[in-house]
Amino acid sequence: MATIQFNKVAHSYLRNPKGEFDYALKYINHSWDDGGAYALLGPSGCGKTTLLNIVSGLLIPSKGRVLYNDRDVTTLPPEKRNIAQVFQFPVLYDTMTVFNNLAFPLRNRGIPEEKVKKRALEVADLLDLTPFLNKRAAGLTADAKQKISLGRGLVRKDVSAILFDEPLTVIDPYLKWQLRRKLKEIHEQLKITFIYVTHDQVEAMTFADQVMVMNEGEILQVGTPQDLFENPEHTFVGYFIGSPGMNFILCTIEENKARFNGMQITLNEDLAERARTAKGKLELGIRPMYLEIHSQFLEGGIPGKIKTVEDQGTCKIVSLIVNDNILHARVSEGKPIPEKEAWLRFPPQRTKLFADGRLIQ
Amino acid sequence: MIGLKLENIEKTVGGKMHLTGINLNFAPDSLNILLGRTLAGKTSLLRLMAGLDKPSKGRIFINGKDVTGVSVRKRSVAMVYQQFINYPSMTVYKNIASALILKGMKKAERDHRVRETAKMLNIEKLLDRLPSELSGGQQQRVAIARALVKEAHLLLLDEPLANLDYKLREGLRAELRDIFERRESIVVYTTTEPTEALMLGGNIVVIDEGRVIQSGLTPEVYHNPATMKVAEVFSDPPINYMDASVNGKYLYIGKDIQVSLDGHLKGLSSGDYQVGIRSNHLFLKRKGANDVELKVRVELSEINGSQTITHVHHKDTSLVVLDEGIYPQKIGREIPVFVNPQVLFIFDSAGNLVASPGKDRLRWDVLKLAPDKKTAHM
Repeated sequence: MATIQFNKVAHSYLRNPKGEFDYALKYINHSWDDGGAYALLGPSGCGKTTLLNIVSGLLIPSKGRVLYNDRDVTTLPPEKRNIAQVFQFPVLYDTMTVFNNLAFPLRNRGIPEEKVKKRALEVADLLDLTPFLNKRAAGLTADAKQKISLGRGLVRKDVSAILFDEPLTVIDPYLKWQLRRKLKEIHEQLKITFIYVTHDQVEAMTFADQVMVMNEGEILQVGTPQDLFENPEHTFVGYFIGSPGMNFILCTIEENKARFNGMQITLNEDLAERARTAKGKLELGIRPMYLEIHSQFLEGGIPGKIKTVEDQGTCKIVSLIVNDNILHARVSEGKPIPEKEAWLRFPPQRTKLFADGRLIQ
Repeated sequence: MIGLKLENIEKTVGGKMHLTGINLNFAPDSLNILLGRTLAGKTSLLRLMAGLDKPSKGRIFINGKDVTGVSVRKRSVAMVYQQFINYPSMTVYKNIASALILKGMKKAERDHRVRETAKMLNIEKLLDRLPSELSGGQQQRVAIARALVKEAHLLLLDEPLANLDYKLREGLRAELRDIFERRESIVVYTTTEPTEALMLGGNIVVIDEGRVIQSGLTPEVYHNPATMKVAEVFSDPPINYMDASVNGKYLYIGKDIQVSLDGHLKGLSSGDYQVGIRSNHLFLKRKGANDVELKVRVELSEINGSQTITHVHHKDTSLVVLDEGIYPQKIGREIPVFVNPQVLFIFDSAGNLVASPGKDRLRWDVLKLAPDKKTAHM
């Protein structure tokens, strides 16, 4: 078990990095508590895999220290860190049976066969692999193989953290649900530190108690799924979390109203006051789920034109044109949608403002 | 018959059935989705259409002409694969132009076509780069541009977005739909994801274990799955099933939940049924006076930002509840969940659909959503 701490960690893949631009990871100062479920979320190239490789020891950072329970492990190789890893593609011995795959890491350490057997059976039971114990891994489905990969990490009782790098990529959607649930159950039971890297917001937020959103080598926000959704601290987080992402409109402030192209939207009094003194580019932001669309004229509403309606089955995504802006609204299945013209309402408690990309708190 | 026609297609490989009894017509200028789970036979079918493989039985016609034995080189077909395939040593420009050079197209026209296609896919600024200098999303755009530039009669895409980032997928999916709409080819697009199929629209062919299990307009099939299997393949999160029976005037879900036979349930004869409830039709809060209540135990609560996905148990049935908004639930808690009986799908004991909710409203949706020129010919 371990608390993992990053002490001013930065990394560049170049031998002689010149400016900040040359760093894949810019400056990471953060710590993960023992037993938590954490996700690293961001687009390709954001630095999340670099950070994971620094945690596992596959990579030594150019700057800073990594501590496990206050012990400096920065230069320790992976095999000395008591961690297990589950990768995008299952890593196991195809020709061995499931049982032998699970037993292998223990036998390798010279543990008596009696104990090996007991532990392998326990882990197989935990992962619902018991019926397959005598089958060869080669013939099994991708999700079973991924469970074996995880099982090979779990058999070692002293494992301090399990690192997952996009583990569900090769799994069919209907099995992803089951595997995600299994991962959460196992985390609830074992309380080992789980660190999960993904570009998929649904996976990150479903899995983790705390999600770290990264972009261009920086941590933009760390928070619960609710925090990231309700109070994105950065426009990138607003865009990246939620599907579709948050709507943004460039605006100016007058009294308690946000103005753009001759339209005005009433804001919370407190927020408007803080915005009046904020510096930089001002943007109004609202989640598609909270943007209301009405078919009739609405006091305080603004007019828009319906561009497209996308049926996603469980909901509809309506694209609207308001001047030069395209806005999205997320409407529950079965709710009526106006034909052409609509009146949009921005509920003040759901309407956010950003100055130079940062949330005005 | 104009378009692409598959007649009694069968494909066996080493004695193993990959496809059987495939009869499909694809109209000119139509968008068609092949939806199915991994190994359902989608790629096998696509390869037959392309001429990369030959069927073991049956025939393939293009505009009435039998092309069953004609190789891919002699067909007007373009294909995009799940893995981005580009020539690594050629620039983006050359990659896109290569098929046109092979055709012997004049330089001026070729240049025009390459630039136009690149612009459509937002890669016009990358034309001088090598594929290795591009991100995954950009590489797949190049692969798609290479297929589009050929202006083939048949454009085949095999899970083209599967290897891309979540956000890239969201953007490219919307762009692709617009591109397909402007295209005068038969587009066939495979996916495992119900949401992707719905967003693209057009016609759908649902495939399972090498067979076509339903085809039609995409939203219509979604709202009227012919069998339990179709509903399973075409629901994400998974659709919930519960044992039910009709006894005289009432439908009983489980043993104890009594529902009047109103609306679409009217006229159900006595007997055993399976009730299908999509996860977004189960709610943690009561929505209307007619809602029926199920007592459940929470197994796990998952949150994805804007929605809560609650896994629950009702007696010995597992159910999934998808709710807009955030309502975390403690594991092991006993809670009620609610469903409006007017949204239930009813299947008979053989798994065939016997009643589905609100067909009239759904038909209206279909008319509004389906692009005019792309009506089904199936």
